[in-house]
Amino acid sequence: MSVMTRALPWLGGIAMILILPHVFSSGAAISIMSLIGFAIIFALSYNILLGQTGILSFGHAVYYGLGGFITAHALNIIAANKLPIPLPLVPLVGGIAGLLFAAPLGWVSTKRAGTAFSMISLGIGELVAACSLILRGFFGGEGGISTSRTSTLQLFGLTYGPQIQVYYLIGVWCLICSGLMYAFTRTPLGQICNAVRDNPERAEFVGYSTHMVRFLAFCIAGFFAGIAGGLAAIHYEIVTSGVVGAGPSGFVLLMTFIGGTGFFIGPILGAILLTAMQSLSDITGAWLLYLGMLFVLMVMYAPGGLAGLLLMHRQVATRQGLTRLVPAYGFAAVPGLSLFAGIIFFIETSHHVLVKSAEGMQMRLLGFSYEADSPTAWGLIAALIVVSYLAFRRTWPIVATAWTEATVGERSVPDDSKPKPPAKANVDGSASNSRSTITAAVR
Amino acid sequence: MLELVIFSSLNGLLYGMLLFLLASGLTLIFSMMGVLNFAHASFYMLGAYFGYQISRYVGYWPGLVLAPILVGFAGALIERFGLRTVHKFGHVAELLFTFGLAFIIEEGVQMIWGKVAVDYRVPELLNFPAFTLFETTFPAFKMFMLVVSVATFVALLTLLTKTRVGLIIQAALSHPNTVGMLGHNVPLIFMMVFGFGCGLAALAGVIAGPALVTQPAMAASLGPILFVVVVVGGLGSLPGAFIASLAIGLIQTFAVAINVSIADVTALFGIKVDPNSFAGDLWMATIAQVAPIIPYLLLVLVLMFRPQGLMGNRDT
Repeated sequence: MSVMTRALPWLGGIAMILILPHVFSSGAAISIMSLIGFAIIFALSYNILLGQTGILSFGHAVYYGLGGFITAHALNIIAANKLPIPLPLVPLVGGIAGLLFAAPLGWVSTKRAGTAFSMISLGIGELVAACSLILRGFFGGEGGISTSRTSTLQLFGLTYGPQIQVYYLIGVWCLICSGLMYAFTRTPLGQICNAVRDNPERAEFVGYSTHMVRFLAFCIAGFFAGIAGGLAAIHYEIVTSGVVGAGPSGFVLLMTFIGGTGFFIGPILGAILLTAMQSLSDITGAWLLYLGMLFVLMVMYAPGGLAGLLLMHRQVATRQGLTRLVPAYGFAAVPGLSLFAGIIFFIETSHHVLVKSAEGMQMRLLGFSYEADSPTAWGLIAALIVVSYLAFRRTWPIVATAWTEATVGERSVPDDSKPKPPAKANVDGSASNSRSTITAAVR
Repeated sequence: MLELVIFSSLNGLLYGMLLFLLASGLTLIFSMMGVLNFAHASFYMLGAYFGYQISRYVGYWPGLVLAPILVGFAGALIERFGLRTVHKFGHVAELLFTFGLAFIIEEGVQMIWGKVAVDYRVPELLNFPAFTLFETTFPAFKMFMLVVSVATFVALLTLLTKTRVGLIIQAALSHPNTVGMLGHNVPLIFMMVFGFGCGLAALAGVIAGPALVTQPAMAASLGPILFVVVVVGGLGSLPGAFIASLAIGLIQTFAVAINVSIADVTALFGIKVDPNSFAGDLWMATIAQVAPIIPYLLLVLVLMFRPQGLMGNRDT
C-alpha cells in the first residue's frame, strides 16, 4: 500500500470531523457527535483487549470511570489553585489515572486468560462499583462529582464554554488516540498481542511471557479508556458513580462486538452506531431489547461484526462479484424486511400493551393506526412473522449459492486483512443444508 | 450476642444453600460444556417471575413445580437453537451469547412485569413464625426454603452418584467423546443438563422470590456473587461450589450484622481517626457497610494466591 492509500482514511476522518458540525449544526447533534468522539476512543481501547489480545473483559468501565473521576478532581484542583494548565491537556490526567489503576489491577487479573480473566474483570468491576458507594469523599456518593471546564487557563481566547469548542477538543483527542492505537497495532508488541490471542502456548515457546504481553495490553487499554473518561468528564461536567458500574462495561462490549472486533474500523463503527441509537432511544421504549437481540444475532450469525460483513463484501466487490450478489440480496430482502417489520410490530405492540396501557390502546406505528389489544392486529402480526419467516428461509439457499459463485476462487488469494473470524470457507456450492450453508456464507 | 450468632448462622446457611442451588447447575454446565453461563442468574429471575405469574392463577404450590419445569424447557431450547450454533466459534462467543441472553431476559422481564418489584407473597399455609428465640421470630417460610434446598441437594447428590443417568453425566463430564462412542447421544445429554441446570436455578427463584424481592434487578445483583462462588470453589468442582456457597452465605450474613469499623478498633488502642482526613471514609466504614465488597475481595485474593480455587483441579 502506498503512503497515499494509507493516509486516506485518516484524511477522511479529519474532513468528517471538520465538516460534520456544519452539516448537523443543531446543539443536540453536536452534543451527540461529542459523545461519539469519546465513545470511539473507549471502544477502540476495549478492542485492544478483546480483538487484539483476545481477552474478554467485563469491567473495562472501571478505568474509564476512574479516569473521569480523577479528571473531575483535577479540574476542581486546577480551578481552586489557579494552576497554569490549559483544558486541552487535562484529558491526559484521566489517561494517566487509567494507566495507574490498570497497572496493579491488570497485574492480578492478566495472570489468567480466557474465562477466568473474564470472571476476575467482572469481580474487579463489581468491587470498584461497590467501593464507589462507600468512599463518598472520592466518588461523591449519589450526587457524583461536579466540575467546571471553563475555569482553567485559557489559551488563544478559547473558553470551552460553547459545546462546539468542546466538540473540536474531543475530535482532536479522538484523532490523536485513534492514530496512536492504530500505530500500536503495527508495533512488535501489538503483533505479539495477536500471537498471544491466537496461540498462547506457542507464544510462550517463542520466549514471550503471555502474562506480560496481556498485562502491557491491559495497561495501554486502561490508559486510553482513562482519556475517554476524562473527555466524558469535560463534556458532562459531572461524573457519577454509575460510570464505573456494570452498565458502561457491558455497553462498551456491545459497541465493540457489534462493530466488529477483527478490524480496526469495527469499534469505530460500533461506537457511532450505538451512540447514535442511544441518543434516538426516545423513539421506542424497548430499544435496549432491540440492542440485545441485535447483539445475540451478531454473536450467532456474524461474529465478525458490522466491519466483518462490510469488508467481506469489499473483497467481493473488487472481483466484480457484486453483480451476482445484488439480485439475490434483493430477492431475500423482501421477506427479510417484512420479517423485520413483523418483529418490530410485535415488540412495539407488546410494549404498548404491557407498559403504556394507561395511555389507552390506540397506537400508531410505521403509518398504521390500530388498537393494540385487538385480536385482528395480533393475528395479522403473527401471520406476517410466520409467512415472512418461511419465505425468508426459502431465500437462504439462493443467497448462499450466489455468494459461493461470487467468491469462488477468491479463497486462494492470500488475505492480508487482520484476523478473520474463525471462518470456514464453504465452496462446495451445495445448498442442500441451507442452514449450515448460510451461516458459513454470512461470514 | 448468642441470638445474633444463631440467627445469622441460620440466615447464612439459607443464603448459602440458595447460592448452591444456582451454583450447582452452573458448575455442572461449566464442567460439561466449558460454558460459563452468564445468564444463569437470569433463569433464577425467570423462575421467580414464572412462579409469581402461576401463583396468581392457581396459587403458590403448582408454581413450585411448574415454573422450574417451564424454565428448564426454555433453557433446553436455548441450548439447542442458540448455544449450539455459537459453539463452533469458541468459548468467548458462548460467553458473549449468554451475556446477550441475560441482557434480553432482563429487558423482557422489565417489559412484561414492569420495572418495580411484583407482589409475590408467601403462601398462607406457611405464613406463620416457626419458632421464637430471644424474642426474635424465624418465619416458617424460611424453614421451608431451607428444607427444599437441602432436599434438592441430597436428591442431586443421589442422582449424580447412584443412578445410571448420573453415571453417564459424570462420564460425559470428563470424556464426552468416549461416551459418544459408547452410543449415547452426547448433544442430547448437554441439552438436558443445560435445561436441568436452568430448572434448578428457577427452583431457587421460586423459593426465594416471596422471601426476597422479585424485581428485574434480582439477576444482576445475584449474578456476580454466583460467579464468585464458582470461581472461589474452583471452576467445575461441585464440592468446591458447595463449600464456597456456604462460606460466602455465612460471611455475608455475619458481615451485615457487625457494626464495627476500623476506627472503632483503633479507638480501643487510643488512636483517634479524623473522619475528614484522607480516605477517612475507609476507616469510618463499618463492616456492615463494606459487606457488599467482601465476596469480590475474596475473589481477588483467591485468584492471586490459589488461582484454581478451593477444590478446582483444572487450570482455566
